[in-house]
Amino acid sequence: MRCRFTIKFPPESSKIPLTYHLIKDYDFMVNILRATISGEQEGRLLMEVEAEPDKLEQGLAFLKSHNVTIIPLNQQITVEQDRCIHCGACTAVCLSGALSLDRDNWQLVFDSEKCVMCGLCVPACPLRLIRAEFK
Amino acid sequence: MAIRKSYEEINAKIRAGQAVVVTAEEIIPMVAEQGAEKVAQTVDVVTTATFGPMCSSGVFLNFGHSDPPIRMKKVWLNGVSAYAGLAAVDAYLGATEEAEDREPGQTYGGAHVIQELLEGRSVHLEAVGSGTDCYPLREWESDITLAEINEAILFNPRNAYQNYAAAVNSSAETLYTYMGVLLPNLANVTYSTSGALSPLLNDPEYRTIGLGTRIFLGGAVGYVAGHGTQHNSARERLPNGVPLGGAATLSVTGNLKEMSPDYIQAAVYEKYGVSLFVGIGVPMPVLDADMVRCLAVSDADIYTGLVDYGVPRRARPVLAKVSYAELKSGHINLNGRRIPTAPLSSMRKARQIAALLGEWVRSGQFLLQEPAERLPLGKSLTSLNVKEGC
Repeated sequence: MRCRFTIKFPPESSKIPLTYHLIKDYDFMVNILRATISGEQEGRLLMEVEAEPDKLEQGLAFLKSHNVTIIPLNQQITVEQDRCIHCGACTAVCLSGALSLDRDNWQLVFDSEKCVMCGLCVPACPLRLIRAEFK
Repeated sequence: MAIRKSYEEINAKIRAGQAVVVTAEEIIPMVAEQGAEKVAQTVDVVTTATFGPMCSSGVFLNFGHSDPPIRMKKVWLNGVSAYAGLAAVDAYLGATEEAEDREPGQTYGGAHVIQELLEGRSVHLEAVGSGTDCYPLREWESDITLAEINEAILFNPRNAYQNYAAAVNSSAETLYTYMGVLLPNLANVTYSTSGALSPLLNDPEYRTIGLGTRIFLGGAVGYVAGHGTQHNSARERLPNGVPLGGAATLSVTGNLKEMSPDYIQAAVYEKYGVSLFVGIGVPMPVLDADMVRCLAVSDADIYTGLVDYGVPRRARPVLAKVSYAELKSGHINLNGRRIPTAPLSSMRKARQIAALLGEWVRSGQFLLQEPAERLPLGKSLTSLNVKEGC
């Protein structure tokens, strides 16, 4: 099972090699797409993981036991789709393919599972309909 | 015998509710299957449309007179300056004019005022005058709505470009342009026409378009007021008559009070400024088989130049010639490299407009108007140059 999310960990957890445990103890295949650690040692990791469903559940429980918050991508990036005019300007900068146009009906399609939270689409939208916050 | 139809014959069918109307996309496979002569017999009107950012847009406003009256010399609407060098309470609000008092990231301009008026919202009017014997008042401030003012006449000096260059950026820096965000090192391409559905690409030599042509404008009935500014019909053309880049333009006008915010939309291009999406639909009369051959133009028959915005000069290099079939596919190949493409004008909205205009014609309420004067052919551009001795 494959999924993409951001983990947010408090300073006390930044000393624990969380990713190491996910890989060694829960057989996660981890791809880190984006990472920040603040001066206060609070950190965020955007990761794509692949694991057996039961291991995935156990691994996420392990993270939570260390006060790690798991934030699905669709809570960090939103597109106000009901006001969208489907011009396509945002797709010009979305090299991950999360924002694309359906070439049959020319409707904007947003697939948050492909998003890498680069944020380039936010200023590219001429109607300012995209919000993205890596936090 | 070859079929020929007059405007009068087509309008008689429209009045009778018997006109056969298709869009400029729908006619393409029909002509491929049946041939132009057959389609010229069966189809009466073909609708074309575009919904793109058109900076050269704006609205003439007449606010009505205050008591005591004022001759407005300077006018602001929600902090956006409108040109008031006209009679007492007339002004022209340009879409790209920006309010100066906004925080960074809160870009707001004439296009936003137009949109708020259309949405029925109140807009704050401020005006100053010098005080004359006939117009003694020096200052005025009040809220206005679109319903309360005398006139709001959309008058756009340059819309609906016949073709437009696609944009790319060879420089090492991201460029923020009216063609959207252009990533460095040729990482993306943007383009901005509706291709085979675009009005002027379906009548490349302006047989049916000119001053007086009745059109769909912003959700209401509007008119072509003549050729637009920067009309460049002398542009090099393909054998099918389609110009290889920006060529003809339209000046259009209509009553803003009758328009809809569904087809007029304010826009902000990062680090460039404000623009206005304008929905335009042009119905084309099927006069004969030659007209059908023009209307059958497909994305594969329309080419444009790929212009490098990484070179900050008037004459930017053209790196390649690309078709709209390639541009609309989602990527082009440039010297063996696959580069993703993105439109800036909405095909989805353009299709909605073409369909809606088709309904208007079919229902008998929208008649075709032969232009009083066709758009000029062979007109080229001049440029602004430094002169000796200045």
